[in-house]
Amino acid sequence: MNGSTIIFYLLAALTLTCGLLSVSTRQIFRAAIYLLFSLIGIAGIYFWLQYEFIAAVQIVVYVGGIVVLIIFSIFLTQQAGEKLAKQKVGRKIFSALAVFCGFALTMLQVYQHTFYETSETPVPATVFNIGKKMLAVDDGGYALPFEVISMLLLAAMIGCIVIALRSKPETK
Amino acid sequence: MMEPGLYHILFISAALFFIGMYGFLTRRNLITMLMSIELILNSVNLNFIAFNKYLWPGKMDGLFFTLFIIAIAAAEAAVAIAIIINLYRSHKSIDVENAEDLKY
Repeated sequence: MNGSTIIFYLLAALTLTCGLLSVSTRQIFRAAIYLLFSLIGIAGIYFWLQYEFIAAVQIVVYVGGIVVLIIFSIFLTQQAGEKLAKQKVGRKIFSALAVFCGFALTMLQVYQHTFYETSETPVPATVFNIGKKMLAVDDGGYALPFEVISMLLLAAMIGCIVIALRSKPETK
Repeated sequence: MMEPGLYHILFISAALFFIGMYGFLTRRNLITMLMSIELILNSVNLNFIAFNKYLWPGKMDGLFFTLFIIAIAAAEAAVAIAIIINLYRSHKSIDVENAEDLKY
């Protein structure tokens, strides 16, 4: 029992508690804030695993981008102080039952399976190594997916503008 | 309390996935459903990183999958929110029960 273990359990508790509160609270703004803390907890787990680059990307994209986007859309679409409608008890019970059964089945499978570690020399996930691998065009390089993702982002951006564009009434 | 390893992270990831699933099944507001999808995508990312760290430390494939999933999640969230705002403009509501124009 050392400091690293305690930090791991604290981060896990933060992530799971905030995730649970995020899907169960009836005030939508609070749900967004709980989601934010859950994502920060996951970024903390990435830091704990010593994947600093992924943790930084997680904070920049999720906490700085997606959650802010969600909060803005809440401001645009919800009336202030209005709670979400109450759900039917039957639907809640059946969802909880289905989710619990799925979770139990998954964890049973995971604990029965033995994972074999490979005896490779670890490659540190530094920004230098990641950048070199991402722009490599030889075997095992990621230059093509990188380009495809940039095209996808461009298409999504144009799509967003087209969808959200206010259509003007026809005037002659 | 044991030393955390692969199984602990798989537990967190599975729990987070099913929390997101619960939210997706019970919520009827489009924005909160989108939040649940973000939780599910994050649990998948955590899985990729854990397998990369503990089982294949000599490769970086899981790390790149995570990076690309984050990029796709950002694009997906942006498009979804554009659709939600457009829906709000035409229906004055973002409840999935009211968005049934394509149903019949």
